[in-house]
Amino acid sequence: MVTTTLSLSSVPISSLDKRIQSLENEQSSLGTQEYFVNMGPQHPSTHGVLRLVLHLDGETVKEVIPVLGYVHRGMEKKCEFIGYRQQVHLTDRLDYLCALMNNWAISHAIEKALNIELNERIQVVRTILAELQRIQSHQLWWGVFGMDLGAFTPFLYGFRDREKITAIFEDTIGARLTMNFIQPGGLMFDITSDFAQKVKEFIAYFKPILNEYDELFSGNIIVQERLRNVGILDAKTAISIGTTGPILRASGVAHDLRKLEPYGVYSQVQFDVPVGATGDCWDRYQVRMQEMRESIKIVEQLIDNIPEGKHMVMKFGAKIRVPEGVYYSEMETARGIYGNFIVADGSEKPYRLHMRTPNFNNLWSIIRMAPGLRIADLVTILSSIDIVVPDIDR
Amino acid sequence: MNNSDLESYLLSLDKDLVLREKSDRVSITVPSEKLLQVMTQLRHDRALTFDMLSAHTAIDWSNENKLELIYQLYSSEHHHRIMVGVYLNREAPVTFSLCSLWQIAEWQEREVFDMFGVRYQNHPDLRRILLEDEWQGHPLLKDYKDDFMLERPW
Repeated sequence: MVTTTLSLSSVPISSLDKRIQSLENEQSSLGTQEYFVNMGPQHPSTHGVLRLVLHLDGETVKEVIPVLGYVHRGMEKKCEFIGYRQQVHLTDRLDYLCALMNNWAISHAIEKALNIELNERIQVVRTILAELQRIQSHQLWWGVFGMDLGAFTPFLYGFRDREKITAIFEDTIGARLTMNFIQPGGLMFDITSDFAQKVKEFIAYFKPILNEYDELFSGNIIVQERLRNVGILDAKTAISIGTTGPILRASGVAHDLRKLEPYGVYSQVQFDVPVGATGDCWDRYQVRMQEMRESIKIVEQLIDNIPEGKHMVMKFGAKIRVPEGVYYSEMETARGIYGNFIVADGSEKPYRLHMRTPNFNNLWSIIRMAPGLRIADLVTILSSIDIVVPDIDR
Repeated sequence: MNNSDLESYLLSLDKDLVLREKSDRVSITVPSEKLLQVMTQLRHDRALTFDMLSAHTAIDWSNENKLELIYQLYSSEHHHRIMVGVYLNREAPVTFSLCSLWQIAEWQEREVFDMFGVRYQNHPDLRRILLEDEWQGHPLLKDYKDDFMLERPW
């Protein structure tokens, strides 16, 4: 309506509600709708080829259905056809960020079955290498965790510092990712003479850097708001799900095989097992940050007195025959407990070998944690679980 | 409880439990029809409290025409562990699901179904987990063959 006379009351004033209402009347309603979305298999924040079928209501997650098996390589079947010595090389390809610890776990299982006594040098070197790898794995996790939350700088920092350990491994072992260094009966070859020096240089470099990590990321209020009280996993559920490693410890259960059933030389070193209180993403973050400090402590205690001795107590390349029986042994990797179940029939090959991988159980916790949260929080939770997909699919 | 105490305590629970030889840990064999009853006892008995199902898998004893299910249990309260074995008929392997006792059993049983073809009664969502739904056969059985498997050249 167009009027020709001017007066205050003839000019109508609208409001936001009215504006929205007019839109609502014109178009569909503004209410959310339920739908399914595939997250993955190719998605940067699933850390590999993991597919999550999300049942969403608007942006809220109602249900998560993980779909596994995109990198299933039939490892357990393969192990039935190859010898005990060969299958050590397959374990690198499970959790590639804990290659050395996986090598150690299966070597430990075979050594226990054969009752092989190792000398101190082998045990100390193995422990140092495992702890270095724990730091290295957590560095990478810290980097990608930052990136998943939308901060790119931690990614660069994490990889910059991880490179220092990778360089030590490259000099000593000759490989950067799939190490194949720890063998049943000892080590593939002896450590280089400057190994201790390089590790000490790294520790001197990395100790102040850890505080920098805290200043850069942990102390940030946005980070804390996004992590605190997100994805809470209580201790009872965490145990029932069979989660291990930092996830279980963040829920307040001080379960660490290095303390409970010490292997290597963990019984001779002083270290604490960090635990969380509520089991949210913030606790999982803090547990891993503390673990890096504890790992440094362990390495510092051992690096100055690496005993002399041979690096291999078995004849190199000798065929291994495990006596008939069933054997199960577990070891604490950076992500949790990696167990090897060996059924031996007395021949050179295992009759059956089952790999109990930590990520398989750990991933299950997302089904309990995600419902009711937003998609962005789902990415945070997934990153705080720190999964490696080839480890799940085997 | 140390291992020998644990053994005698377990044997006192049920007369049908048998200790397994040639095992590196305390290990019992349960008759398949008593599995659910014994497992419930292991889970809820105050002296045992096996609250963590660490691993679940199977062994195909094809020569004896048997399939053995293996459960690795751990108690986070008492820090002791046992292995439980159950023999099933290899031609028609069927047993009860333990999802009501340990939540993770849902996935572990799906894996054993996928790889060995064991059917679990009362499982909420029994389908393949690592292989696709259309896959034929169960690969970890000793007599499994498919077109992708290569013969050894030596």
